[in-house]
Formats: sequence, C-alpha cells, structure tokens
Amino acid sequence: MLLIVFSLLAGAAVGSAIVVVLHRNPVVSTMSLVVTLVATAGLFVMLGSPFLAALQILLYTGAILVLFLFVIMLLNVRRERTAVTHASGMLVGAGVCAVVFAGAVVRLFWAAYSETTVAPLQADSVSLIVVARELFSTYLLPFEMIGLLLLVAVVAASWVAQKGEAVESPKPPAHGDPR
Amino acid sequence: MTIPIVWYLVLAAVLFCIGTFGALTRRSGIAIFLSIELMLNAANLTLVAYSRIHGDSAGQMFVFFALAVAAAEAAVGLGLFISIFRLRHTIDVNRLNQLRW
Repeated sequence: MLLIVFSLLAGAAVGSAIVVVLHRNPVVSTMSLVVTLVATAGLFVMLGSPFLAALQILLYTGAILVLFLFVIMLLNVRRERTAVTHASGMLVGAGVCAVVFAGAVVRLFWAAYSETTVAPLQADSVSLIVVARELFSTYLLPFEMIGLLLLVAVVAASWVAQKGEAVESPKPPAHGDPR
Repeated sequence: MTIPIVWYLVLAAVLFCIGTFGALTRRSGIAIFLSIELMLNAANLTLVAYSRIHGDSAGQMFVFFALAVAAAEAAVGLGLFISIFRLRHTIDVNRLNQLRW
C-alpha cells in the first residue's frame, strides 16, 4: 500500500518536473510545478513531517507560484515563443551532463544509504510540539533573522519593480493597460 | 512494509538533475526561475529524508528556513524581471547581454 502511494507520488513528481523543464508555455510549466510540489508535500507526509507538507502547500503553491502566475500574465511572456534552448548540440550536451550527474549522485546515495533502515514513525516524532520547541529555542536567532530577511526582500522587491517604471517613462503613464 | 529511505534520496537526485537541466537550457528568465525552484524543492526533500534517517528535527528546521528564503528570493527575482521587462521588453536571457563583456 505504501509502495503504491510512493510510486504514484514519485511518478507524478518526476513526470511533471519533466513537463516544467520542457514545455514552451510558462503557464503550463508553472501549473505542472504545482503538481511536483504537491507530490513532494505528500512525500514529506510519508517521511513524517506533516507540518512541512502543510507549509509547502501554503507557501509554495499558495504564495510563490501564484506570484509567478501573476508575473507571467503581467509580462505576457507567452507571446515570446520561448523555444527550449539554444543550439541542439548544447541541449544534448546538457542532457548528457545531467544524466551523468544524476547517475553519479544516485550511485553515491546508494553506496551510503542502501542498507539504512529507519524505525517506524512514532506519534511524538511526528507531533508539532517537537518542531515548535526547536524553532523557538535552538533556532530562535535564525527565526528572527528570517523575519528581517523577508522584510528586506519585500521592500527591495517593491522598490525595484517601481524604479524601472520611473526610469523608463518620465511622462505620467496612462492608467489601465499600459501595453 | 516501509519504503527504503534511499529511494527518497534517489528521487531527490533525479528531481535536482531535471531542474539543473532546465536551468542550463531554458531561455526565458521565468522558466529558469521555475527550474531553480525545482532544484530547491529537491534539496528540501533530501533534507527531510536525512532528518528521518537520523531521527533529528534539524533537517526539518533547515527546510523551514529554506522555504522562507525561497519566498524572499522569488519576490526579489520577480521584481527584477518586471523591472527588466519594462526597460528592455524581453526577459529572454540570450538577449540580456549588457553585463557579459
């Protein structure tokens, strides 16, 4: 039963990841990245961290990818007919490199962890209390720094996105649809 | 039965390499960004698997912080793309070559 669930999730993740990388339309790429991320969230649940799975769905698919979709539709990237790549020789070379790298990494993981077995999940190792206690004691300083980082990122993002408009068009831009 | 833990690591390696391939070959800046998100996600899967192997919640904490950093990175990067698109009317990375030489 677990094996079937794992196979379904892994197949969905890999298949939609390939679609993300190879599809021309950025909207389709983004939506299949949603499938990959949700499948990975399912794998997080199987690995015993349901908190991270919930965060993954809320943060990634709920916030980040919606931001991507907004930007794609704002910039109208679909118009550009973005083909996959440069010369086909480079494509083949990059593909070969990726496969070789994947093989090497898989070989390393297999050598290191193929005999590793883990104990079945306990109720207290899954519970949120452990995570919360760690987060607010051992990792309190990184937690606060992450808050500062997000504040800086928000300010920087809005400043950068606004500055380009001011530089490009000295005359007041027409409201509504500029292009 | 439980799934052997190494399968999660292998799956993460495969996802990471798919993401690397995309980041190396795509033209559109948005698509490169999506590939980088894919690589981040694969690394998160590896960290959670390590957390499970060692029975330690440090890996889960790292994934928590990585998610927050990914959110910040996406916000800044997409802001940059909007700014570049307003100036140059393209986000094709082959045509954004001012800084190359």
